[in-house]
Amino acid sequence: MASPLSSISRIKKLCAPFISRTLRNEWDRNPHTPRSKPVSIWIKSVEALVLAVAVCFSLGATDAGSRFNDLGGKLMCTCGCAQLLGGCDHVGCPSRGQENDELKSDIAAGMSEKEIFSAFTAKYGATVLAAPTTQGFDLVAWIAPFAVFGAALLGTILLIRRWAGLAGAKAQAAALNPAVDDPADRERKEKIRRETGDDNGF
Amino acid sequence: MAAFGSFALLIALALAAYNLLAGALALRLIATGHPTRVSPERLADTARRAGIAGFLAITGAAFALIWSVFTNDFSITYILEHSNRALPGAYKFSALWSGQEGSLLLWAWLLATYGFVLRLTHKTDVKLYAYAGTILAGIQVFFLLVLNFAAPPFALLKGAIPDDGNGLNPLLQYPEMVIHPPMLYLGYVGFSVPFAFALGALMMRYPGEKWIKVTRAWTMVTWLFLTAGIFLGMHWAYAVLGWGGYWGWDPVENASFMPWLTGTAFLHSVMMQEKKGMMKSWNVWLIFSTFLLTLLGTLLTRAGLVSSVHAFAQSSIGTWFVVFMGVVLAVCIFTYVLQRSHLKGDHHLESLVSRESSFLFNNLVLLTACFVILWGTLFPILSEYVVGNKVTVGAPFYNRVAVPIGLFLLFLTGVGPLLPWRATSLRSIKRNFVLPIIALWATVIVCLAVGVRPWKDGAFSNGDFYALLAFAVSAAVMTAILSEFLRGAGVISRQTGHNLVAATWLLTRRNTRRYGGYIIHIGVVIVVIGLAGSAFNTSQEKELGLHDKLLIGPYTLECIGFTQDSNLNYNSEYAMLDVSRGGKTQFQMTPEKRVYLASDQPQTMVAIHSVPSWDLYVVYEGTNPDSSQPIIKAFLNPLVGWIWAGLAILIFGTFVALVPSISPATASLRVPVTRPAPTEPVLKGGH
Repeated sequence: MASPLSSISRIKKLCAPFISRTLRNEWDRNPHTPRSKPVSIWIKSVEALVLAVAVCFSLGATDAGSRFNDLGGKLMCTCGCAQLLGGCDHVGCPSRGQENDELKSDIAAGMSEKEIFSAFTAKYGATVLAAPTTQGFDLVAWIAPFAVFGAALLGTILLIRRWAGLAGAKAQAAALNPAVDDPADRERKEKIRRETGDDNGF
Repeated sequence: MAAFGSFALLIALALAAYNLLAGALALRLIATGHPTRVSPERLADTARRAGIAGFLAITGAAFALIWSVFTNDFSITYILEHSNRALPGAYKFSALWSGQEGSLLLWAWLLATYGFVLRLTHKTDVKLYAYAGTILAGIQVFFLLVLNFAAPPFALLKGAIPDDGNGLNPLLQYPEMVIHPPMLYLGYVGFSVPFAFALGALMMRYPGEKWIKVTRAWTMVTWLFLTAGIFLGMHWAYAVLGWGGYWGWDPVENASFMPWLTGTAFLHSVMMQEKKGMMKSWNVWLIFSTFLLTLLGTLLTRAGLVSSVHAFAQSSIGTWFVVFMGVVLAVCIFTYVLQRSHLKGDHHLESLVSRESSFLFNNLVLLTACFVILWGTLFPILSEYVVGNKVTVGAPFYNRVAVPIGLFLLFLTGVGPLLPWRATSLRSIKRNFVLPIIALWATVIVCLAVGVRPWKDGAFSNGDFYALLAFAVSAAVMTAILSEFLRGAGVISRQTGHNLVAATWLLTRRNTRRYGGYIIHIGVVIVVIGLAGSAFNTSQEKELGLHDKLLIGPYTLECIGFTQDSNLNYNSEYAMLDVSRGGKTQFQMTPEKRVYLASDQPQTMVAIHSVPSWDLYVVYEGTNPDSSQPIIKAFLNPLVGWIWAGLAILIFGTFVALVPSISPATASLRVPVTRPAPTEPVLKGGH
């Protein structure tokens, strides 16, 4: 485990130039920016907070770690049980042992994740990978959900803005010409809802 | 009994067909107002009675199948394939849903039961219920056609009848399997009812929002069944599959989760329609989609389109389902296009930051989650079709894509109730959000301090990062919900003089929907905390000789023996492990492996010791063929118990939300403050 002191010094090295550069840029743009005490305290506070959070984040970080469990969760057992290699548990599985041995030897040989995946794919086919790759058509699998979400979010925001604009225009028109927003019609609809609906919701 | 069952199914088909045709004709005549010799109202009533009789016929068929299982009638192919003489009685019931034909019969019977209740309560709104009953009859006709012609449960065996059956799938021989599938099916099938009401209301251009009230109650009950079914399935997977987890993003799990997501979206957005007359088209399509997703789920798992770890009953009925889904979709589109003018909203959203827009965003996120799951489930098929290369879309994909969406949804769960209707001012945002934000940051700092950090072994860990986020957002949401309770209870307490607990109780009773909803949200938060615990699962595997020890977390597992046992149904071998903590023996665990005699299939029986902070989960993996010693795999799974506790809260909240609210006037009568003496008419009950 890395010692807290070494972590702090490492993070200080990383953070300090960034904060200094930010200040320097501000002073370059506007030399009249007061290098007053309140600003300095403010910056120092932010720096301290960033440093504290970063130290907390880095505590416990080590360079040595088992990749076996991690990679076992990214590969499938090929016996047809549809379970992850790391989670395959059924008694007498014909594939798990062999795959695990191969994974261990690949890790011991210092192969990268990409190389291990390539070796497994070459031997067992693309279905051995528990998730699509980020190449070729597989990339669509990753992009589509975010694209759909983004488009839907954008569409919703635009729709609400349009509705908000319409509501404003309608209110304005109603103020100028009461006939546009027929109160009798509105009252009739409200009456139907009151009489037929349950109005104690959220 | 096979002949009786087959005949009952044929009778049920004839009755359902009459219900559909006579009901449709009667409603058409009522709508057009053409004079006829037969009163359309009486014709509609005969259709309703045919529906009730259909329930009796299908019940007869289901009884015939159960009877055949219990009497070991192996002349029926289905019984031969899914039961055996030594099968315990409770699991003989499971045979009803362990195969495709039985599952479809269960579906048809549950649909008939829902229809029976609906038709008996038709006086609530005769015309609307007549429409809904006729639509349900249409769905029933489809299932009975499949049962009579494509997947008959009473098909007889050709040739000599064996002395014993092949037995039930060992995975299904677990107590929860007696209730999990019926619960899930009650949820699946139940969505037919809100679908029928929504379609019926649209067809008849139902005035007002009363149909929404009726539909909402049915949807909540159905949603509750589906929720309970999904969680029971999770617990079954956890206790039986033996891989230490409860959710593997398997297509079968996904199939049940998708209608749950759209159903949840409907339950939220329907409030907008009741309250503001908004989102009418949206709601109709949500309920249509939910019903279609229940069919799609059945298609995916039954037709063998996708491989699954627990698709027990695959066959070739896929074409039937594809055609039926096409017909349903066509009817939905046609009705919507014809009647869309009826769905014009009364109001529009006025602000991007308001209670209304939070409902809209909540729906957006729920539907995105549904899309992600559908996309992930279908992508292997799409990939094979486009590039000729089948790929696996498993847990790593969903964890990376669906988990952030889930966390965003959790965030909205906290934010939504804090926003006022119509528009929000910066001041109200500041006032309502201070406490949740403080709770969020305090949790982040505490988590970081106690070791929940997104860096693990020198590398960024997605799991730990998401866990940290989940804990922090959960704390914020919980604070937001509790502050809502406290705010309301504080007002009542000041008005009535009740203490805070009594005031909270009164507050909840005054608006059961709102505060029942909040209790459900608390349950969801507890579940999320439990799910986040999975990021810190640890496991150890070791071959254990006599008195060998395995260390995991604070526990030491010592093997004090391994032995064998057998009964008529299975042979088993198990290890006896003494579990000690801090040098003191605390309890004993006996993980087991069984080999079922009828099917000759092995199955692990996991030993679980559950405490609020974690589960000690021990699997007997088998014996080393060289040393004949048991191989034990132990997991320490933090916070799993919170998931089941969250479910209990969620169920309680749903019941609260289903109970009608008391009016403030009624409630005020209970206030123990000095009031003027009641006048004569009040005592007599008059006004």
